[in-house]
Amino acid sequence: MHIDSIKNGVVIDHIKAGKSMEIYYHLELDKLDCTVAIIKNVHSKKMGSKDIIKIDSDMQVDLDVLGYIDSDITVNIIKDGVLCEKKKLTLPEQIKDVIKCKNPRCITTTEQDLPHVFKLTDPATKTYRCIYCEAKAK
Amino acid sequence: MRSLIDILSLSLDEIDELIAVAEDIIANPVKYRDKCRYKKLATLFFEPSTRTRLSFEAAMYELGGQVLGFSEANSSSAAKGESVADTARTVSCYADIIAMRHPKEGAPLVASMASSVPIINAGDGGHNHPTQTLTDLLTIKREKGRLDNMTVGFCGDLKFGRTVHSLIEALSRYTGIEFVLISPEELTLPGYLKKGILSHDGMKYTETTNLEEVMPKLDILYMTRVQRERFFNEEDYLRLKDSYILTPEKLQNAKPDLAILHPLPRVNEIHTSVDSDPRACYFRQVLNGKFIRMALILKLLEVE
Ligand SMILES: [Zn+2]
Repeated sequence: MHIDSIKNGVVIDHIKAGKSMEIYYHLELDKLDCTVAIIKNVHSKKMGSKDIIKIDSDMQVDLDVLGYIDSDITVNIIKDGVLCEKKKLTLPEQIKDVIKCKNPRCITTTEQDLPHVFKLTDPATKTYRCIYCEAKAK
Repeated sequence: MRSLIDILSLSLDEIDELIAVAEDIIANPVKYRDKCRYKKLATLFFEPSTRTRLSFEAAMYELGGQVLGFSEANSSSAAKGESVADTARTVSCYADIIAMRHPKEGAPLVASMASSVPIINAGDGGHNHPTQTLTDLLTIKREKGRLDNMTVGFCGDLKFGRTVHSLIEALSRYTGIEFVLISPEELTLPGYLKKGILSHDGMKYTETTNLEEVMPKLDILYMTRVQRERFFNEEDYLRLKDSYILTPEKLQNAKPDLAILHPLPRVNEIHTSVDSDPRACYFRQVLNGKFIRMALILKLLEVE
């Protein structure tokens, strides 16, 4: 199978197999006009199989969203056909409007305009909690 | 400008300072009676809680201040669909400090982000109620003269009791505290608290279903209500309810300087014949609630 290499854009690599569509929607790639390639179940020595997303646009990828979903993902920035930067992902301290609070008693259930903000409360277990009601992110 | 949303946002030094101010208010009430003259407290109660609201209002009046507000949502702008943030922004134009109670968890935090004056969380659903915890701490300090090195028993509904969870979190920051958790098996303390707080180094706790058995070792007994609706079936409730009702008989082997606390209102979990026992502190606890709220209002308004 052949997929054109991109000149200027972003390659999101080492995505856990099957997770690419989740990332596609979280990064709102469905709203882009440029070419976006989702390559699923690519053979990988390190991971067995993995997904890759190639975006043919020099957009700013929300690294916090990716870091929250899986900090083992790698983000490569391509300029003029060559790899110019590899971004390292870390667990973000705070994420805004990435996930929703599911606690029915939370103020966010009655006030729809509030941003859904979660804070990293335990990096060891990757636990995020709603800043309003402190419910765990699921 | 600072708000009080969560008891854990106060350092131990700040809690000590609040307790010291409250004790000074008790000793020298005249000194404080004009401290908040020309200041206004707004009590925004989106759900009714007469006791808590009256405690805040009495606290402000005793500091020489004024009070405005509402006591239930249907008499407020919330009934017309106004957001918590807008209500807080509007009321902070009228008042110098706001005490807010709301059925939704996190509402006072939302208010504090929008308000230009300090917000005191006066209870947000089953989530936080920091002035109740401060009340409990002041009561323990006044009864025992200290907040460390003692055995504290919690009895009744430890699963859903928000006041119990907050007080355990607050007391676990002091040294030499041993917890005794007394409840039916259906209503034991949630696992996240046991794992998160009680599993720390040096924390000692025991769990039991039998109040009388552990009574002799307790310095503090914190009673809560066992509610019928917490049980799956009526039989279990009827079988268990009397085990968690405090009577003079159950106090026979208790220490002479035990302090019995209860967040009130009580229904039947402490028999009225216990009220005359000098170890019953729950009505003194109500009074302490007013004094600690006075100290808190002074601190947040930065009144010297
Ligand atoms: Zn929430």
